[in-house]
Amino acid sequence: MSFHGGAQQGAKALNFKATFGRVFRLLLLDRVMVFSLLAFGVVGVTLSVIGPKILGHATDLIFNGFVSSRFPETMTKAEAVASLKAGGQDQLATMVSSMDLNPGHGIDTGALAMVLAIVTVLYLVSSLFMWLQGVLATTVVQRMVANLRNDVEAQLNELPLSYLDSQERGEIMSRTTNDLDNVAQSLQQTLSQMITSLLTVVGTLAMMLWISPLLTVIAIVTIPVALLITAAVMKRSQPQFVAQWGQTGRLNAHIEESFTGHEVVKVFGNQKATAEEFAETNEALFGAAFKAQFISGVIGPVMMFISNLNYVLVAVVGGVRVASGSLSLGEVQAFIQYSRQFTQPLTQIASMVNLLQSGMASAERVFGFIDEPHQSPDRADAKRPDPLRGRVVFDDVDFSYTGEPLIEHLSLVAEPGQTVAIVGPTGAGKTTLTNLLLRFYELDGGKITLDGVDIAEMKRGELRDAFGVVLQDTWLFSGTIRENIAYGADEPTEEQILDAAKAASVDHFVRTLPAGYDTVIDDEGGGVSAGQRQLLTIARAFLADPAILILDEATSSVDTRTEALVQTAMNNLRSGRTSFVVAHRLSTIRDADLIVVMEAGQIMEQGTHDELIAANGAYQRLYSAQFAEPVE
Amino acid sequence: MLIALLRTYVGPYRWQVLAVCLFQLIQTMASLYLPGLNADIIDDGVAKGDISHIWHVGFLMVGVTVLQVLCNIVAVYLGARIAMAVGRDLRAGVFDKVQSFGSREMSSFGAPTLITRSTNDVQQIQLLLFMGLTMLVAAPITAIGGLFMALRQDVELSGIFLIVLPVLLVSLGLIIWRMRPLFRLMQKRIDLLNQIMREQITGVRVVRAFVREESEAERFAEANELNRQVAVGAGRLMALFFPLLMGIMNLSIVLVLWWGAMRIGSGDLQIGQLTAFQQYLIQTLMAVMMGTFMFMLWPRSEVSAERITEVLDTEPVIEMFPDVPAVELVTGNVEVKEASFSYPGAEQSVVSGVSLVARPGETTAIVGSTGSGKTTVLGLVTRLFDVTAGQVLIDGQDVRDLRPADVWRAIGLVPQKALLFSGTVASNLRFGKADATDEELWSALRIAQAEDFVRALPEGLGAPVSQGGSNFSGGQRQRLAIARAIVKQPKIFLFDDSFSALDYATDARLRHALAEVTAAASVIIVAQRISTIRQADRIVVLDEGHVAGTGTHDELMADCEIYRQIVLSQLSAKEAQ
Repeated sequence: MSFHGGAQQGAKALNFKATFGRVFRLLLLDRVMVFSLLAFGVVGVTLSVIGPKILGHATDLIFNGFVSSRFPETMTKAEAVASLKAGGQDQLATMVSSMDLNPGHGIDTGALAMVLAIVTVLYLVSSLFMWLQGVLATTVVQRMVANLRNDVEAQLNELPLSYLDSQERGEIMSRTTNDLDNVAQSLQQTLSQMITSLLTVVGTLAMMLWISPLLTVIAIVTIPVALLITAAVMKRSQPQFVAQWGQTGRLNAHIEESFTGHEVVKVFGNQKATAEEFAETNEALFGAAFKAQFISGVIGPVMMFISNLNYVLVAVVGGVRVASGSLSLGEVQAFIQYSRQFTQPLTQIASMVNLLQSGMASAERVFGFIDEPHQSPDRADAKRPDPLRGRVVFDDVDFSYTGEPLIEHLSLVAEPGQTVAIVGPTGAGKTTLTNLLLRFYELDGGKITLDGVDIAEMKRGELRDAFGVVLQDTWLFSGTIRENIAYGADEPTEEQILDAAKAASVDHFVRTLPAGYDTVIDDEGGGVSAGQRQLLTIARAFLADPAILILDEATSSVDTRTEALVQTAMNNLRSGRTSFVVAHRLSTIRDADLIVVMEAGQIMEQGTHDELIAANGAYQRLYSAQFAEPVE
Repeated sequence: MLIALLRTYVGPYRWQVLAVCLFQLIQTMASLYLPGLNADIIDDGVAKGDISHIWHVGFLMVGVTVLQVLCNIVAVYLGARIAMAVGRDLRAGVFDKVQSFGSREMSSFGAPTLITRSTNDVQQIQLLLFMGLTMLVAAPITAIGGLFMALRQDVELSGIFLIVLPVLLVSLGLIIWRMRPLFRLMQKRIDLLNQIMREQITGVRVVRAFVREESEAERFAEANELNRQVAVGAGRLMALFFPLLMGIMNLSIVLVLWWGAMRIGSGDLQIGQLTAFQQYLIQTLMAVMMGTFMFMLWPRSEVSAERITEVLDTEPVIEMFPDVPAVELVTGNVEVKEASFSYPGAEQSVVSGVSLVARPGETTAIVGSTGSGKTTVLGLVTRLFDVTAGQVLIDGQDVRDLRPADVWRAIGLVPQKALLFSGTVASNLRFGKADATDEELWSALRIAQAEDFVRALPEGLGAPVSQGGSNFSGGQRQRLAIARAIVKQPKIFLFDDSFSALDYATDARLRHALAEVTAAASVIIVAQRISTIRQADRIVVLDEGHVAGTGTHDELMADCEIYRQIVLSQLSAKEAQ
């Protein structure tokens, strides 16, 4: 009952069978429901398929009554036949002789009422069962999809970050959202209908054969013709659809580009060229879309033509057969109805195969995501530092990513309470250090210890509990400000939240908002500036009250004057904790206990600001580059 | 809204639409004629034993069938053509309109929604039109024709329509009526679910760093369960649709047979007519059902039409082609006098009373906190906005008295977001000067400190650039955007925080190299870094839309408190001297 113009179904599953099998096994988890829905389907379809045949009896009763009433009551059937023959109506005589004639009597209303009553009950029960089948199908499908969603969610938490970082965000998102939706929709729309359609085809075929093998052959001959035509049309329309979606993609990309680059297009005087390109692509899309829609749109009329042709053939041949007495009129009536019913589920199956194809293509992509290898599990004999003081040691650490060494032979000691600043040009491996420290990635060589315990031997959760993190990317989830700050700890009290907010100098700002701490924010922002978002993430880290703090370019997106404000908060946060500060602007880390200068994965120098300036090395160069003489 | 939009855009195709209706009419009539012929076979052929009559009528039926399919195909051909052509025209209409927009209209809509409106929303209307012209047009014709034919068979028996039609309409209506809020709710729940998923993917580091995997999974499971419940609810309602429809149709056939039998018994009806009547009843009911689909498609298209019309009805504030003579701005003297800008209805203006000058060969810098109005000032110079008070003069002429295109020709803008276009490095560099030679491009790249990495690309200038320039790093994009502006050889350079993604050393080298091309041009630089602008001839300090001070670095250090705060947040007191 939805309209699918043959669109959006370009994608095909690479391994349809295997994917379908897996989907089916997932559905089978509700074994009882699946079997009862099948049973309901069988009963419902059977009853509805029997209907026309019985209705045929009703037509026969009417026809008998109609013909019988034309003869006087005194006549027997044999006499009636004879009188027709005598009148030269041989054909009619043959037909009548095969009828259950009761001369002089009209329609047998008692018998007719009986037949119609039976059919009524049959149809009602059939509808009831079909409905139950639909209800069960929906229940099964939705439960399966909900489980699949939870599997995807669970998988998301088990995947190594290396996987998530190596894939395009958009790709992962589309697998975990669009593809899942598509699986749900296509299954919801096909499962129930597929079953009833298949059953209907089988049942109808059986009934047709029962009534008249000859007519069945006639009716069936047209099916392969219909299928051939459909296949031929599909084959011709496929490249048109590909062209249509290709052009749509091109046009959308062009529109997106022109609109987002609106100012540049204008100021650089490129409007004319842009408009010309648009017109060209738009026209090309029109051509492709028109062809695709027309060719696929022809399938409907052609199928209807075949069905009509069928109807004519059956009406004619059936009429002849009735006239010759080898079939009853009711049977032909029933047959016409069957032959019309027969093509309908076939076209339905054809269109559903398309839908199912695209659903399975999506399912395959979802399964692909679920099947990605997990990160190594936590060790059963995991250790934990006790007491936790915050002494972090990098001992000859090696790490490479996609074959490229990012960190080589790195050693570094952070004493409890110290602030360690990591500086260096982009790509020096600064952020990689924090990734390794939090075990987002595993080492290739050497080890990192926390208070003497190798972090690889700790549970990831317990390790990360020791850290508070403020990242460059100020991630907030859609929810209230209170909820976002509370993210830092397990069920914090209101007082703790407020204290954290005050410590991060964000309390005043929050109170200026109309809804205060109940203001809803989302990942796009919404009335909260970048700097304020950063303050909120700092409040979150405050609340976590960690032994060790990681500030990874925590103020990069804030202008320096605002940063000065944040800096006070950060200094509060840093006091008494081991801190790792990754910074771009050297001005912010001048008072660090230890400054580590990295370049190409290696430590070039380490020391305090004054020591490094005196050493006149890499740090000095970086530092002076920030204040290089501008030129006029 | 939808109707008005369709009237405008389908108007040019009205004759073709009329042709579609005509062919659909013939096609439908042919379809309806078939059961009548079948009745003829039964009543005059079968019942009278006249086999030659059966064959005769049979051939007629084949002829009618062929006519029907031909008309149908022509209707589909025309329908597809009209629908797609209207889609094309609508897209062009929206695109042209948006092209005429200024920054004010762009920002009040936002690029993402304009993109959706010119693609998805147009597609929605195109779909409605295609469905309408190829399938739905036939529905009322069939319904009325079926009813008419049924009446011709037997008026009294047609009374059944009075019973069946209301029952069908009411039950379909009830289901659709109950379904719509459910579907809306379901869409909301799915959006929420997908939003949580997206958040977890973008925030995966934070989630893991705070060891929140379990609570996130719980949050997701909760939303998932809510979604499942409403999906099951909607699915169950949907499941009712076909069985109910089949039930109504089947029972009405039973009713027809019973009533028809009585009519035949009393001699008012022939048996063939009865079978024809059944066919007409079914065809009519099917047509009514098709018509109700229209109701499901209509509201969505209505929303789309509203969104499209909103764009089409927006008149840009700045006229693109005013009736003034073309001029060439040869010097590039910029003077902003007491300029203010505020959005209509806004409580506070974005900038107010801003004055500054930029002369050829000099550099004017604008500094200030985020949101202080720096970019807006550049927008006023570029005439992407018009002042709401004061004036902006270039070479002594008020920019509002000039054609926007003439103003733009004089300007080389490097926007905050270094946006590149899909194509090649060369096509991007030639964006403002289509006939620039390769030498010019290389020289611009050299100045923009982009020569090395472009040379390193295997295809050099011909290297592909993907949409938005996403195959280049942020720093590379910025340098290419700078080179693009240099190639244009403008009289006025506007750098909107264009050095932020460069490291300090590259930043310094680039500014050094720029001197050769800016010798005869005015330069206005918006920047965050003091080191970038401290040598500027003139620094304008903005604070919340007002000028807090104007002067050289040393002058401002002496008498502008806000400037001092900005400087001291970056440099030590000693370095600031």
